[in-house]
Amino acid sequence: MFTSVQDTGRYHYLRYGVPISGAMDLFSLAAANVVVGNSRNDACVETTLIGPELQALARTQLAVTGGEASPRVNGDEVPMWETLEICEGDVVSFGRMERGCRSYLSIRGGIDAPVVLGSRSTFARGGFGGIEGRRLKSGDMIEGFDIGLLDVGYSTPEGLRPQLTGKYEAHVVLGPQAGMFTERGMSTFFSNPYRVTLEADRMGYRLDGPLIEHRGRADIVSDALLPGAVQVPKDGKPIVIMRDAQTTGGYPKIGVVATPDVSLLGQARPNDTVEFVKVTVQQAEERAREHCRLLEGLSARLNGKRLR
Amino acid sequence: MRTGSYASTKYLPFGDSALLVEFGDGINLELNRKVTALNEAILETEVQGVEGLVPTYRSLLICYNPLKTTYEQLVFRIREIEERPAESSAEVEGRKIVVPVVYGGEYGLDLGSVARYHGLMEEEVVKLHSGREYRVYMIGFVAGFPYLGEVPDEIATPRLGTPRLKVPAGSVGIAEKQTGIYPCEAPGGWQIIGRTPLELFDSMRQPPALLEPGDAVKFEPISEERFRAFRESVSKGVQTVFLEE
Repeated sequence: MFTSVQDTGRYHYLRYGVPISGAMDLFSLAAANVVVGNSRNDACVETTLIGPELQALARTQLAVTGGEASPRVNGDEVPMWETLEICEGDVVSFGRMERGCRSYLSIRGGIDAPVVLGSRSTFARGGFGGIEGRRLKSGDMIEGFDIGLLDVGYSTPEGLRPQLTGKYEAHVVLGPQAGMFTERGMSTFFSNPYRVTLEADRMGYRLDGPLIEHRGRADIVSDALLPGAVQVPKDGKPIVIMRDAQTTGGYPKIGVVATPDVSLLGQARPNDTVEFVKVTVQQAEERAREHCRLLEGLSARLNGKRLR
Repeated sequence: MRTGSYASTKYLPFGDSALLVEFGDGINLELNRKVTALNEAILETEVQGVEGLVPTYRSLLICYNPLKTTYEQLVFRIREIEERPAESSAEVEGRKIVVPVVYGGEYGLDLGSVARYHGLMEEEVVKLHSGREYRVYMIGFVAGFPYLGEVPDEIATPRLGTPRLKVPAGSVGIAEKQTGIYPCEAPGGWQIIGRTPLELFDSMRQPPALLEPGDAVKFEPISEERFRAFRESVSKGVQTVFLEE
Protein backbone atom coordinates (compact mmCIF):
# COMPACT_ATOMS: atom_id res chain seq x y z
CA MET A 1 0.00 0.00 0.00
CA PHE A 2 2.52 2.62 1.02
CA THR A 3 6.19 1.72 0.68
CA SER A 4 8.84 4.37 1.31
CA VAL A 5 12.38 4.88 2.53
CA GLN A 6 12.51 5.95 6.17
CA ASP A 7 15.13 6.40 8.85
CA THR A 8 14.66 7.92 12.31
CA GLY A 9 13.46 11.24 10.90
CA ARG A 10 14.38 14.91 10.94
CA TYR A 11 14.12 16.68 14.29
CA HIS A 12 15.36 20.20 13.77
CA TYR A 13 12.89 21.68 11.31
CA LEU A 14 9.61 21.53 13.19
CA ARG A 15 9.81 25.32 13.56
CA TYR A 16 9.63 25.55 9.73
CA GLY A 17 6.56 23.35 9.52
CA VAL A 18 8.57 20.24 8.56
CA PRO A 19 7.35 17.19 10.47
CA ILE A 20 9.71 14.59 11.90
CA SER A 21 8.60 11.80 9.50
CA GLY A 22 10.76 8.68 9.90
CA ALA A 23 9.71 5.13 10.74
CA MET A 24 6.29 4.65 12.35
CA ASP A 25 7.81 1.81 14.41
CA LEU A 26 11.22 2.98 15.54
CA PHE A 27 12.01 -0.22 17.40
CA SER A 28 11.53 -2.42 14.35
CA LEU A 29 13.59 -0.02 12.25
CA ALA A 30 16.43 -0.21 14.78
CA ALA A 31 16.25 -4.02 14.95
CA ALA A 32 16.24 -4.36 11.16
CA ASN A 33 19.42 -2.29 11.06
CA VAL A 34 21.39 -3.85 13.88
CA VAL A 35 20.88 -7.45 12.73
CA VAL A 36 22.69 -6.56 9.50
CA GLY A 37 25.35 -4.62 11.39
CA ASN A 38 24.07 -1.20 10.31
CA SER A 39 23.82 1.93 12.45
CA ARG A 40 20.47 2.04 14.22
CA ASN A 41 19.47 5.16 12.30
CA ASP A 42 20.22 3.91 8.80
CA ALA A 43 17.52 4.16 6.17
CA CYS A 44 15.31 1.15 5.49
CA VAL A 45 12.25 0.44 3.40
CA GLU A 46 9.01 0.75 5.35
CA THR A 47 6.11 -1.18 3.84
CA THR A 48 2.46 -0.98 4.84
CA LEU A 49 0.40 -4.19 4.82
CA ILE A 50 1.36 -5.24 1.29
CA GLY A 51 5.09 -5.60 0.69
CA PRO A 52 6.90 -5.07 -2.62
CA GLU A 53 8.72 -7.62 -4.71
CA LEU A 54 12.42 -6.93 -5.10
CA GLN A 55 15.15 -8.56 -7.09
CA ALA A 56 18.72 -8.48 -5.85
CA LEU A 57 21.20 -7.18 -8.41
CA ALA A 58 24.17 -8.18 -6.28
CA ARG A 59 24.96 -10.39 -3.33
CA THR A 60 23.92 -8.74 -0.07
CA GLN A 61 22.48 -9.24 3.42
CA LEU A 62 19.17 -7.96 4.59
CA ALA A 63 16.52 -8.37 7.26
CA VAL A 64 12.78 -7.97 7.66
CA THR A 65 11.24 -6.87 10.98
CA GLY A 66 7.99 -5.38 12.25
CA GLY A 67 4.55 -6.70 11.30
CA GLU A 68 4.25 -10.39 10.32
CA ALA A 69 4.99 -9.87 6.66
CA SER A 70 5.65 -13.51 5.62
CA PRO A 71 8.83 -12.68 3.71
CA ARG A 72 10.03 -15.08 1.02
CA VAL A 73 13.20 -15.53 -0.96
CA ASN A 74 12.60 -17.17 -4.33
CA GLY A 75 9.23 -18.32 -3.02
CA ASP A 76 10.57 -20.00 0.13
CA GLU A 77 9.55 -18.58 3.48
CA VAL A 78 12.37 -17.03 5.44
CA PRO A 79 12.50 -15.96 9.08
CA MET A 80 11.99 -12.38 10.20
CA TRP A 81 14.07 -10.45 12.72
CA GLU A 82 17.40 -11.95 11.63
CA THR A 83 20.19 -11.63 9.05
CA LEU A 84 19.33 -13.11 5.67
CA GLU A 85 21.88 -13.88 2.96
CA ILE A 86 20.83 -12.92 -0.55
CA CYS A 87 22.51 -13.84 -3.82
CA GLU A 88 22.43 -11.95 -7.10
CA GLY A 89 19.16 -12.67 -8.87
CA ASP A 90 17.27 -13.71 -5.71
CA VAL A 91 13.70 -12.42 -5.53
CA VAL A 92 12.43 -11.14 -2.20
CA SER A 93 8.66 -11.01 -1.82
CA PHE A 94 6.02 -10.80 0.89
CA GLY A 95 2.81 -12.63 1.66
CA ARG A 96 -0.22 -11.26 3.47
CA MET A 97 0.63 -9.33 6.60
CA GLU A 98 -1.22 -11.44 9.16
CA ARG A 99 -0.55 -9.26 12.16
CA GLY A 100 0.78 -5.75 12.61
CA CYS A 101 0.75 -3.04 9.97
CA ARG A 102 4.25 -2.08 8.90
CA SER A 103 7.41 -4.01 8.19
CA TYR A 104 10.98 -2.85 7.71
CA LEU A 105 13.44 -4.15 5.20
CA SER A 106 17.05 -3.26 5.86
CA ILE A 107 19.99 -3.69 3.51
CA ARG A 108 23.54 -4.17 4.74
CA GLY A 109 25.26 -0.76 4.63
CA GLY A 110 22.03 1.23 4.98
CA ILE A 111 20.03 2.54 2.04
CA ASP A 112 21.80 5.17 -0.03
CA ALA A 113 19.31 7.99 -0.46
CA PRO A 114 20.11 11.72 -0.39
CA VAL A 115 20.18 13.37 3.02
CA VAL A 116 17.62 16.17 2.94
CA LEU A 117 17.32 18.41 5.99
CA GLY A 118 19.39 15.98 8.01
CA SER A 119 17.52 12.78 7.17
CA ARG A 120 16.89 10.20 4.46
CA SER A 121 13.23 9.88 5.45
CA THR A 122 10.56 10.39 2.83
CA PHE A 123 8.12 13.24 3.45
CA ALA A 124 5.68 12.51 0.64
CA ARG A 125 3.34 15.42 1.29
CA GLY A 126 6.28 17.81 1.05
CA GLY A 127 7.69 15.95 -1.94
CA PHE A 128 11.20 15.51 -0.55
CA GLY A 129 13.41 12.95 1.12
CA GLY A 130 13.88 9.24 0.51
CA ILE A 131 13.66 8.30 -3.17
CA GLU A 132 12.56 11.49 -4.94
CA GLY A 133 10.20 12.45 -2.14
CA ARG A 134 7.65 9.77 -2.98
CA ARG A 135 6.53 6.21 -2.34
CA LEU A 136 8.54 3.53 -4.11
CA LYS A 137 7.28 2.25 -7.43
CA SER A 138 8.05 -0.43 -9.94
CA GLY A 139 11.47 -0.03 -11.49
CA ASP A 140 13.01 1.85 -8.55
CA MET A 141 16.49 0.80 -7.49
CA ILE A 142 17.54 0.84 -3.88
CA GLU A 143 21.15 0.36 -2.94
CA GLY A 144 23.02 -0.20 0.28
CA PHE A 145 26.31 1.54 0.94
CA ASP A 146 29.20 -0.80 0.24
CA ILE A 147 30.69 -1.78 3.60
CA GLY A 148 31.36 -5.46 2.94
CA LEU A 149 29.33 -8.37 4.28
CA LEU A 150 29.01 -9.78 7.79
CA ASP A 151 30.78 -13.07 8.61
CA VAL A 152 28.33 -13.87 11.36
CA GLY A 153 24.64 -13.12 11.52
CA TYR A 154 22.33 -11.95 14.25
CA SER A 155 18.78 -12.43 15.39
CA THR A 156 16.54 -10.35 17.63
CA PRO A 157 15.49 -12.13 20.84
CA GLU A 158 11.77 -12.90 20.79
CA GLY A 159 11.23 -11.22 24.12
CA LEU A 160 12.22 -7.87 22.64
CA ARG A 161 9.92 -7.98 19.62
CA PRO A 162 6.65 -6.00 19.80
CA GLN A 163 3.54 -7.99 20.75
CA LEU A 164 1.20 -7.58 17.80
CA THR A 165 -2.04 -8.54 19.50
CA GLY A 166 -4.28 -6.01 17.78
CA LYS A 167 -5.25 -4.63 21.20
CA TYR A 168 -2.78 -1.96 22.14
CA GLU A 169 -2.25 -0.09 25.35
CA ALA A 170 -1.09 3.49 24.95
CA HIS A 171 0.29 5.25 28.00
CA VAL A 172 -0.69 8.89 28.00
CA VAL A 173 0.51 11.98 29.85
CA LEU A 174 -2.33 14.48 30.27
CA GLY A 175 -2.20 17.03 27.47
CA PRO A 176 -1.83 20.79 27.60
CA GLN A 177 -5.59 21.23 27.07
CA ALA A 178 -6.74 18.50 29.46
CA GLY A 179 -8.68 21.23 31.27
CA MET A 180 -10.92 21.72 28.25
CA PHE A 181 -12.60 18.34 28.84
CA THR A 182 -15.23 17.49 31.43
CA GLU A 183 -14.50 14.87 34.10
CA ARG A 184 -16.89 12.60 32.27
CA GLY A 185 -15.02 13.21 29.03
CA MET A 186 -11.73 12.31 30.72
CA SER A 187 -13.22 9.20 32.19
CA THR A 188 -14.63 8.16 28.82
CA PHE A 189 -11.22 8.58 27.18
CA PHE A 190 -9.40 6.48 29.77
CA SER A 191 -11.93 3.72 30.31
CA ASN A 192 -13.01 2.67 26.84
CA PRO A 193 -11.20 0.98 23.97
CA TYR A 194 -11.10 2.96 20.73
CA ARG A 195 -11.14 1.36 17.31
CA VAL A 196 -8.68 2.34 14.58
CA THR A 197 -10.73 3.40 11.54
CA LEU A 198 -9.78 3.15 7.87
CA GLU A 199 -8.66 6.77 8.08
CA ALA A 200 -5.36 5.86 9.64
CA ASP A 201 -2.07 6.68 7.96
CA ARG A 202 1.32 8.27 8.50
CA MET A 203 -0.32 11.63 9.22
CA GLY A 204 -2.63 10.42 11.93
CA TYR A 205 -5.05 7.80 13.14
CA ARG A 206 -8.75 8.67 13.42
CA LEU A 207 -10.29 6.55 16.14
CA ASP A 208 -13.89 5.56 16.75
CA GLY A 209 -15.57 4.98 20.08
CA PRO A 210 -17.54 6.71 22.84
CA LEU A 211 -17.59 10.45 22.28
CA ILE A 212 -15.39 12.57 24.51
CA GLU A 213 -17.08 15.56 26.08
CA HIS A 214 -15.61 19.07 26.04
CA ARG A 215 -16.39 21.66 28.71
CA GLY A 216 -17.03 24.40 26.17
CA ARG A 217 -15.00 25.33 23.10
CA ALA A 218 -13.42 22.64 20.96
CA ASP A 219 -10.79 24.79 19.33
CA ILE A 220 -7.64 26.56 20.47
CA VAL A 221 -5.15 29.08 19.16
CA SER A 222 -3.01 26.75 17.02
CA ASP A 223 0.05 25.43 18.74
CA ALA A 224 2.66 22.73 18.25
CA LEU A 225 1.97 19.07 17.52
CA LEU A 226 4.27 16.06 17.88
CA PRO A 227 3.67 12.39 17.04
CA GLY A 228 1.64 10.90 19.89
CA ALA A 229 -0.46 14.01 20.57
CA VAL A 230 -4.14 13.09 20.86
CA GLN A 231 -6.48 15.78 19.55
CA VAL A 232 -10.21 15.75 20.14
CA PRO A 233 -12.18 17.99 17.77
CA LYS A 234 -15.80 19.04 18.30
CA ASP A 235 -17.16 15.67 17.14
CA GLY A 236 -15.66 14.01 20.21
CA LYS A 237 -13.59 11.39 18.40
CA PRO A 238 -9.88 11.26 19.15
CA ILE A 239 -7.16 11.60 16.51
CA VAL A 240 -3.65 10.35 17.29
CA ILE A 241 -1.13 12.52 15.51
CA MET A 242 1.55 10.53 13.66
CA ARG A 243 4.88 11.19 12.01
CA ASP A 244 3.93 13.08 8.83
CA ALA A 245 1.27 15.25 10.48
CA GLN A 246 1.13 19.03 10.34
CA THR A 247 3.38 20.55 12.97
CA THR A 248 0.71 22.89 14.35
CA GLY A 249 -2.99 22.39 15.03
CA GLY A 250 -6.06 24.03 16.47
CA TYR A 251 -7.87 21.19 18.26
CA PRO A 252 -7.54 20.62 22.00
CA LYS A 253 -5.13 17.90 23.04
CA ILE A 254 -6.42 15.62 25.78
CA GLY A 255 -3.13 13.76 26.15
CA VAL A 256 0.15 12.81 24.54
CA VAL A 257 1.08 9.16 23.99
CA ALA A 258 4.44 8.00 25.38
CA THR A 259 7.24 7.57 22.83
CA PRO A 260 7.57 3.74 22.99
CA ASP A 261 3.80 3.42 22.52
CA VAL A 262 3.79 5.67 19.45
CA SER A 263 5.99 3.01 17.83
CA LEU A 264 3.62 0.30 19.00
CA LEU A 265 0.69 2.17 17.47
CA GLY A 266 2.69 2.25 14.25
CA GLN A 267 1.76 -1.44 14.08
CA ALA A 268 -1.97 -0.88 14.65
CA ARG A 269 -4.17 -1.50 11.63
CA PRO A 270 -7.82 -0.65 10.91
CA ASN A 271 -10.16 -2.37 13.41
CA ASP A 272 -7.42 -2.86 15.99
CA THR A 273 -8.18 -1.27 19.34
CA VAL A 274 -6.31 1.18 21.52
CA GLU A 275 -6.82 1.64 25.26
CA PHE A 276 -5.42 4.76 26.80
CA VAL A 277 -3.80 4.53 30.22
CA LYS A 278 -3.03 7.64 32.22
CA VAL A 279 0.49 8.01 33.59
CA THR A 280 2.43 10.82 35.23
CA VAL A 281 5.20 12.55 33.35
CA GLN A 282 7.74 10.96 35.71
CA GLN A 283 6.43 7.47 34.94
CA ALA A 284 6.41 8.24 31.23
CA GLU A 285 9.97 9.60 31.35
CA GLU A 286 11.21 6.49 33.09
CA ARG A 287 9.76 4.30 30.32
CA ALA A 288 11.15 6.64 27.68
CA ARG A 289 14.61 6.33 29.21
CA GLU A 290 14.31 2.54 29.27
CA HIS A 291 13.24 2.60 25.65
CA CYS A 292 16.18 4.84 24.65
CA ARG A 293 18.57 2.51 26.48
CA LEU A 294 16.98 -0.49 24.78
CA LEU A 295 17.53 1.04 21.36
CA GLU A 296 21.05 2.20 22.14
CA GLY A 297 22.08 -1.17 23.57
CA LEU A 298 20.22 -3.32 21.05
CA SER A 299 23.23 -4.68 19.18
CA ALA A 300 24.64 -6.02 22.44
CA ARG A 301 21.46 -8.00 23.09
CA LEU A 302 21.22 -9.85 19.79
CA ASN A 303 21.64 -13.60 19.49
CA GLY A 304 24.29 -14.91 17.13
CA LYS A 305 23.30 -16.75 13.96
CA ARG A 306 25.33 -18.94 11.67
CA LEU A 307 25.48 -17.78 8.09
CA ARG A 308 26.08 -19.94 5.03
CA MET B 1 -12.59 35.72 25.46
CA ARG B 2 -8.98 35.29 24.54
CA THR B 3 -7.20 38.31 25.79
CA GLY B 4 -3.54 37.78 26.32
CA SER B 5 -0.84 36.94 28.78
CA TYR B 6 -1.39 34.73 31.78
CA ALA B 7 -0.59 36.25 35.14
CA SER B 8 2.07 33.57 35.42
CA THR B 9 3.57 31.51 32.61
CA LYS B 10 2.35 27.92 32.43
CA TYR B 11 4.85 25.07 32.28
CA LEU B 12 3.22 21.89 31.02
CA PRO B 13 4.49 18.44 30.04
CA PHE B 14 3.92 17.48 26.42
CA GLY B 15 4.31 13.69 26.57
CA ASP B 16 7.53 12.15 27.83
CA SER B 17 10.11 14.20 25.97
CA ALA B 18 8.80 17.72 25.55
CA LEU B 19 7.95 20.74 27.68
CA LEU B 20 5.39 23.35 26.66
CA VAL B 21 5.88 26.89 27.93
CA GLU B 22 2.59 28.74 27.50
CA PHE B 23 2.48 32.50 27.92
CA GLY B 24 -1.20 33.18 27.38
CA ASP B 25 -4.16 32.64 25.13
CA GLY B 26 -4.78 34.64 21.99
CA ILE B 27 -3.00 36.15 19.05
CA ASN B 28 -1.19 39.36 19.83
CA LEU B 29 2.20 40.92 19.47
CA GLU B 30 3.05 41.15 23.16
CA LEU B 31 2.40 37.45 23.70
CA ASN B 32 4.33 36.39 20.62
CA ARG B 33 7.30 38.56 21.59
CA LYS B 34 7.58 36.57 24.81
CA VAL B 35 7.73 33.39 22.76
CA THR B 36 10.45 34.63 20.43
CA ALA B 37 12.39 36.18 23.31
CA LEU B 38 12.50 32.90 25.23
CA ASN B 39 13.32 31.01 22.03
CA GLU B 40 16.31 33.32 21.42
CA ALA B 41 17.45 33.15 25.03
CA ILE B 42 17.44 29.35 25.01
CA LEU B 43 19.36 29.24 21.73
CA GLU B 44 21.97 31.57 23.17
CA THR B 45 22.27 29.74 26.48
CA GLU B 46 22.76 26.10 25.38
CA VAL B 47 20.58 24.21 27.79
CA GLN B 48 21.56 20.61 28.55
CA GLY B 49 19.28 18.07 26.84
CA VAL B 50 17.30 20.46 24.62
CA GLU B 51 16.90 19.03 21.14
CA GLY B 52 14.37 21.22 19.38
CA LEU B 53 12.33 24.37 19.75
CA VAL B 54 8.98 25.08 18.15
CA PRO B 55 7.76 28.67 18.60
CA THR B 56 4.04 29.17 17.97
CA TYR B 57 1.56 32.01 18.55
CA ARG B 58 1.55 31.97 22.32
CA SER B 59 3.70 29.04 23.40
CA LEU B 60 7.13 27.51 22.93
CA LEU B 61 7.50 23.73 22.68
CA ILE B 62 10.86 22.47 23.92
CA CYS B 63 11.80 18.93 22.87
CA TYR B 64 14.36 17.23 25.09
CA ASN B 65 16.31 14.02 25.43
CA PRO B 66 15.05 12.18 28.56
CA LEU B 67 18.49 10.57 28.96
CA LYS B 68 20.14 13.97 29.28
CA THR B 69 17.67 15.84 31.46
CA THR B 70 14.32 15.44 33.19
CA TYR B 71 11.05 17.37 32.93
CA GLU B 72 11.58 18.88 36.36
CA GLN B 73 15.20 19.85 35.78
CA LEU B 74 14.26 21.44 32.50
CA VAL B 75 11.36 23.43 33.98
CA PHE B 76 13.73 24.76 36.62
CA ARG B 77 16.36 25.70 34.05
CA ILE B 78 13.94 27.34 31.61
CA ARG B 79 12.20 29.27 34.40
CA GLU B 80 15.59 30.64 35.38
CA ILE B 81 16.12 31.85 31.84
CA GLU B 82 12.58 33.23 31.54
CA GLU B 83 12.88 35.17 34.75
CA ARG B 84 16.13 36.85 33.84
CA PRO B 85 15.71 40.62 33.74
CA ALA B 86 15.11 41.84 30.21
CA GLU B 87 18.40 42.95 28.71
CA SER B 88 19.15 45.29 25.84
CA SER B 89 18.43 42.37 23.51
CA ALA B 90 14.84 42.37 24.77
CA GLU B 91 13.57 43.56 21.42
CA VAL B 92 15.10 40.72 19.44
CA GLU B 93 13.44 41.44 16.16
CA GLY B 94 14.03 39.39 13.08
CA ARG B 95 14.67 40.66 9.59
CA LYS B 96 12.29 42.78 7.57
CA ILE B 97 11.47 41.10 4.28
CA VAL B 98 9.73 42.56 1.26
CA VAL B 99 7.36 40.12 -0.43
CA PRO B 100 6.39 41.13 -3.97
CA VAL B 101 2.78 40.29 -4.85
CA VAL B 102 0.73 40.51 -8.00
CA TYR B 103 -2.76 41.22 -6.72
CA GLY B 104 -6.11 40.22 -8.17
CA GLY B 105 -7.18 38.80 -11.50
CA GLU B 106 -6.26 35.16 -12.00
CA TYR B 107 -3.70 35.48 -9.19
CA GLY B 108 -6.18 36.63 -6.57
CA LEU B 109 -9.52 34.98 -7.27
CA ASP B 110 -11.09 36.25 -4.05
CA LEU B 111 -9.92 39.88 -4.21
CA GLY B 112 -13.24 40.94 -5.72
CA SER B 113 -15.38 39.19 -3.12
CA VAL B 114 -13.22 40.46 -0.24
CA ALA B 115 -13.67 43.98 -1.59
CA ARG B 116 -17.44 43.56 -1.95
CA TYR B 117 -17.73 41.99 1.50
CA HIS B 118 -16.30 45.18 2.98
CA GLY B 119 -17.87 47.65 0.54
CA LEU B 120 -14.45 48.66 -0.80
CA MET B 121 -12.80 48.93 -4.20
CA GLU B 122 -10.22 46.25 -5.02
CA GLU B 123 -7.48 48.91 -5.11
CA GLU B 124 -8.37 49.92 -1.57
CA VAL B 125 -8.04 46.33 -0.35
CA VAL B 126 -4.61 46.14 -2.00
CA LYS B 127 -3.58 49.42 -0.42
CA LEU B 128 -4.73 48.30 3.02
CA HIS B 129 -3.11 44.87 2.74
CA SER B 130 0.22 46.18 1.49
CA GLY B 131 0.20 49.29 3.66
CA ARG B 132 1.46 47.80 6.87
CA GLU B 133 4.18 45.55 8.18
CA TYR B 134 3.21 42.10 9.46
CA ARG B 135 4.86 39.94 12.04
CA VAL B 136 5.58 36.28 11.32
CA TYR B 137 3.87 34.64 14.28
CA MET B 138 4.71 31.09 13.43
CA ILE B 139 5.31 28.64 10.61
CA GLY B 140 2.95 25.68 10.37
CA PHE B 141 0.14 23.98 8.42
CA VAL B 142 2.53 23.00 5.61
CA ALA B 143 6.31 23.39 5.40
CA GLY B 144 7.21 27.07 5.24
CA PHE B 145 3.66 28.47 5.57
CA PRO B 146 3.92 31.72 7.57
CA TYR B 147 1.06 32.89 9.78
CA LEU B 148 1.24 36.70 9.60
CA GLY B 149 -0.68 39.25 11.57
CA GLU B 150 -2.62 41.32 11.84
CA VAL B 151 -4.43 42.76 8.83
CA PRO B 152 -6.37 46.04 9.20
CA ASP B 153 -9.92 45.41 10.50
CA GLU B 154 -11.29 46.86 7.27
CA ILE B 155 -10.12 43.78 5.32
CA ALA B 156 -10.33 41.04 7.97
CA THR B 157 -12.48 38.42 6.24
CA PRO B 158 -13.79 35.00 7.32
CA ARG B 159 -12.48 31.89 5.56
CA LEU B 160 -14.25 30.52 2.49
CA GLY B 161 -17.39 28.54 3.28
CA THR B 162 -16.05 25.72 1.13
CA PRO B 163 -12.26 25.38 1.03
CA ARG B 164 -10.57 24.94 -2.34
CA LEU B 165 -9.02 21.54 -3.09
CA LYS B 166 -6.03 23.25 -4.66
CA VAL B 167 -4.63 26.66 -3.88
CA PRO B 168 -1.71 27.50 -6.21
CA ALA B 169 1.78 27.80 -4.78
CA GLY B 170 2.69 31.38 -3.85
CA SER B 171 -0.91 32.36 -3.13
CA VAL B 172 -1.34 35.15 -0.59
CA GLY B 173 -4.48 34.84 1.52
CA ILE B 174 -6.51 36.33 4.33
CA ALA B 175 -8.37 34.48 7.07
CA GLU B 176 -9.94 36.69 9.74
CA LYS B 177 -7.14 38.90 11.00
CA GLN B 178 -4.36 36.67 9.70
CA THR B 179 -2.64 36.78 6.36
CA GLY B 180 -0.45 34.05 4.97
CA ILE B 181 1.36 32.65 1.94
CA TYR B 182 1.02 29.11 0.55
CA PRO B 183 4.56 27.84 -0.18
CA CYS B 184 3.22 24.96 -2.25
CA GLU B 185 -0.03 23.86 -3.79
CA ALA B 186 -2.30 22.75 -0.96
CA PRO B 187 -5.98 22.58 -0.08
CA GLY B 188 -7.06 25.78 1.61
CA GLY B 189 -9.89 27.93 2.85
CA TRP B 190 -8.18 31.31 2.96
CA GLN B 191 -9.37 34.22 0.79
CA ILE B 192 -6.78 34.40 -1.98
CA ILE B 193 -6.03 37.98 -3.03
CA GLY B 194 -2.71 37.68 -4.84
CA ARG B 195 0.38 35.63 -5.59
CA THR B 196 4.06 36.03 -4.87
CA PRO B 197 6.82 34.80 -7.19
CA LEU B 198 9.04 34.04 -4.17
CA GLU B 199 9.86 30.45 -3.22
CA LEU B 200 8.91 30.31 0.42
CA PHE B 201 10.25 26.84 1.01
CA ASP B 202 13.05 24.85 -0.57
CA SER B 203 14.15 21.60 1.06
CA MET B 204 17.61 22.01 -0.46
CA ARG B 205 18.18 25.45 1.10
CA GLN B 206 19.61 26.05 4.56
CA PRO B 207 17.44 27.12 6.34
CA PRO B 208 14.72 25.71 4.12
CA ALA B 209 12.05 28.28 4.92
CA LEU B 210 12.38 31.87 3.74
CA LEU B 211 10.65 33.30 6.80
CA GLU B 212 11.25 32.75 10.52
CA PRO B 213 8.98 33.45 13.46
CA GLY B 214 9.72 37.01 14.56
CA ASP B 215 10.52 38.33 11.06
CA ALA B 216 8.57 41.27 9.66
CA VAL B 217 6.96 41.17 6.22
CA LYS B 218 5.89 44.00 3.93
CA PHE B 219 3.93 43.13 0.80
CA GLU B 220 4.82 45.11 -2.32
CA PRO B 221 2.34 45.24 -5.22
CA ILE B 222 4.00 44.36 -8.54
CA SER B 223 2.85 43.99 -12.11
CA GLU B 224 2.22 40.74 -13.91
CA GLU B 225 5.32 41.36 -16.05
CA ARG B 226 7.53 41.68 -13.00
CA PHE B 227 5.94 38.55 -11.55
CA ARG B 228 6.77 36.59 -14.72
CA ALA B 229 10.33 37.92 -14.86
CA PHE B 230 10.85 36.98 -11.24
CA ARG B 231 9.52 33.43 -11.77
CA GLU B 232 11.82 33.12 -14.77
CA SER B 233 14.90 33.84 -12.67
CA VAL B 234 13.68 31.59 -9.84
CA SER B 235 13.40 28.74 -12.31
CA LYS B 236 17.04 29.34 -13.18
CA GLY B 237 17.94 29.04 -9.52
CA VAL B 238 18.23 32.73 -8.71
CA GLN B 239 16.01 34.26 -6.09
CA THR B 240 16.56 37.82 -4.97
CA VAL B 241 15.02 38.62 -1.65
CA PHE B 242 14.77 42.23 -0.61
CA LEU B 243 15.33 43.17 2.97
CA GLU B 244 14.23 46.50 4.22
CA GLU B 245 16.64 48.64 6.19
